[in-house]
Amino acid sequence: MAISNLRKWLATGLLSLAAVTTVQADTFVFTAIPDEDETKLVERFRGVADYLQEQLDVEVRYIPVKSYAAAVSAFRNNQVQLAWFGGLSGVQARRLVPGSEAIAQGVEDEAFETYFIANTSTGIQPADSLDELEDELRGKTFTFGSKGSTSGRLMPEFYIRDVFNEAPDSLFSRVGFSGNHTRTLRLVEAGTYEVGALNFQVWEKELENGNIDTDSVQVIWKTPSYPDYQWTIRGDVDERFGDGFKQRVTEALLKLDDPALLESFPRSGFIPASNDDYEPIRATAENIGILD
Amino acid sequence: MFAYPTVRASLIFLAVALLGLLVADIAITTANPWQDLGRFFLGVATPNFFSTEGLLTALLRTVAFAFVGVTLGSICGFLLALVYRFLPVRIFCAFIRAIHELFWALIFLQFFGFHPLTGVLAIAIPYAGIFAKVYSEILEEADPEPGRLLPPGTSSIAAFLYARIPDCWVQMRTYTAYRLECGLRSSAILGFVGLPTLGFYLESSFSQGLYSDAGAMLILFYVLIATMPLWLRPKLLPLYILAAPFFLGDGLPIVWGNVERFFTQDIIPSPIRDGEGLAAIWAWLSDVMVTEALPGIWNTVVLTQIALVATGILSLLAFPLISNHFGGPVRRTSGHVLLVIARSTPEYILAYILLQLWGPSMLPAVVALALHNGGIIGHLIGRQTNTIHLRPDAPVGFFRYSWELVPRIYRSFLAFLFYRWEIIMRETAILGILGIYTLGFYVDSAIQNIQFDRAMVLILITALLNIGVDALGRFIRRKLALQTMPTC
Repeated sequence: MAISNLRKWLATGLLSLAAVTTVQADTFVFTAIPDEDETKLVERFRGVADYLQEQLDVEVRYIPVKSYAAAVSAFRNNQVQLAWFGGLSGVQARRLVPGSEAIAQGVEDEAFETYFIANTSTGIQPADSLDELEDELRGKTFTFGSKGSTSGRLMPEFYIRDVFNEAPDSLFSRVGFSGNHTRTLRLVEAGTYEVGALNFQVWEKELENGNIDTDSVQVIWKTPSYPDYQWTIRGDVDERFGDGFKQRVTEALLKLDDPALLESFPRSGFIPASNDDYEPIRATAENIGILD
Repeated sequence: MFAYPTVRASLIFLAVALLGLLVADIAITTANPWQDLGRFFLGVATPNFFSTEGLLTALLRTVAFAFVGVTLGSICGFLLALVYRFLPVRIFCAFIRAIHELFWALIFLQFFGFHPLTGVLAIAIPYAGIFAKVYSEILEEADPEPGRLLPPGTSSIAAFLYARIPDCWVQMRTYTAYRLECGLRSSAILGFVGLPTLGFYLESSFSQGLYSDAGAMLILFYVLIATMPLWLRPKLLPLYILAAPFFLGDGLPIVWGNVERFFTQDIIPSPIRDGEGLAAIWAWLSDVMVTEALPGIWNTVVLTQIALVATGILSLLAFPLISNHFGGPVRRTSGHVLLVIARSTPEYILAYILLQLWGPSMLPAVVALALHNGGIIGHLIGRQTNTIHLRPDAPVGFFRYSWELVPRIYRSFLAFLFYRWEIIMRETAILGILGIYTLGFYVDSAIQNIQFDRAMVLILITALLNIGVDALGRFIRRKLALQTMPTC
């Protein structure tokens, strides 16, 4: 008797807990993969949230997440309806949410690149093709970015396997995952890892802002280009936010021209994208076993 | 001396740890580790309390999650303790407490997402398992005499309430308060996977090298724990418990369909989901075992054994810091502060800090585990030495330490150490999320690849490993006839 009462009490307690703390259902929520320092992300995406709110006439909220997978899960679970994904996370998310669509990508994302960087103490000189670097790279320590990153994990791992025909952890003496691109840069710059691979836009922007000690770290190889970041939206947003909502979001993103906001990405603008644009990424991810 | 079973057991564990060191990955890989460590301490010395507007909110959330989680855990744990004599209940409790809070959080994140329930359940579930075990031990040890004196025909509920509970009340209250402190630590580290507690901001500041911001957060956390006796008054407790649910923050709404999908699809091994045959299931399972589980188990065990012995050595070195038998009051007070800091800092945060400073290897994990657990055990046995009265002509200094005190506390020292063996292993597994190749690394990788079926198999293996170590630890304690105390 006492126990069943208590159980009832607990159940109502839990339910009211759930009820008290939910946000309004008609808030349009979006997220982004945490590929850079969080302060930068929050600044950038609060700007985007304000912009979208103004354009769409609904409440728009950005939520920061701690991992690429958390961004994909939040999108899949319909807790966010829009996300700024990388190539790989976008492919993962769209596979999990039928009807979702890539609606816009950065101008630079059509032809994105990964830079391999090395601490100058290694003496590795820049090369035009990766296979020239085999002797220099063997036995060094190496860091990817996040495990789920396209430019920081998928593409560099693909080229390492493709060129040297072996897994990264047999080529290098130590393989780590720094977490994000900014951290990869800092770790290689400090010599914690001798070699690393990162998103070329992060490198270029940090270089432009004078945040890289070029005596300590340099680019040693650039990958061929591939499609990367994109805005992906769930297929059911029209039902929830009204007819034509997806179209309005797409248009708002495509006509975003606030220089400060674009600079924070950094992208020169957004252009239309489609799911098919990311077919090469899907094939690569299957090739190295990240996708089943 | 070698004839003593306790000494033999210690030497065997020491030998295993030394062998482990031969195969373990121990290195400092950063170029300027000491410079970074210096910058970190400078950051702690020059804290910046105004870095993020969210700092106080995060602190409030940390407390709220701890209160709700621990309250729920202790209620459920108490109910489970009443039926703890049944084997299935014991197995169930062993299982839920063998899975670390962060693993529970990672599981709930997949279907509750960023809803407060994720954090609350991540704390409440493993804590319920721990409470059930400890409460039942306390209840069992209660003096049976008052019960026998009751008049015949007394209902069992009345007998329980009037003859059993009063005898156990103080112990249960002390233990629950201790778990609340643990709950604060658990709650703080949940931020590392994205819940809105202190860890969330700590991780961001640290990864960006903002040591003054991180220092401020750590200081606030220490103050919060150190002042617990001041604000945690029995009279205020109902108020806290009632208020806490309202301070969990507004997460994102739960979509219940996700829960069903998680259990009916996501965690079903992919060959079964795709209707492939038995051979495919076998191939899938052996792939998980060979490429992930076995390397993970190996690294977890190696690291655990090294960390266990390091913890033991550190505890023995640390206990004189607070012992009445050495030094004056100033030394003892600073010793107290040191040990409180060591035990208040969650291993996960210590390991995270050291990994940032020294680079990735098992070394930061060993040091973090030894500091935290050594702080706890050193504190406990140091306090115990204060109850020992030596002869007036007893030797002083090193001889007092080695010939008078260590032999007297050695058995309870071993009891504490073997008690924490399982806890150290739980933590070792979870530290993999930070990039050390223990089981947590592979769990995290599977989750990053959205392969929850793999993640669940690996979490199950981690749980079984913990249950195994727990059983082995109990076996050794029984073999050596060591007393165990639950308040550790």
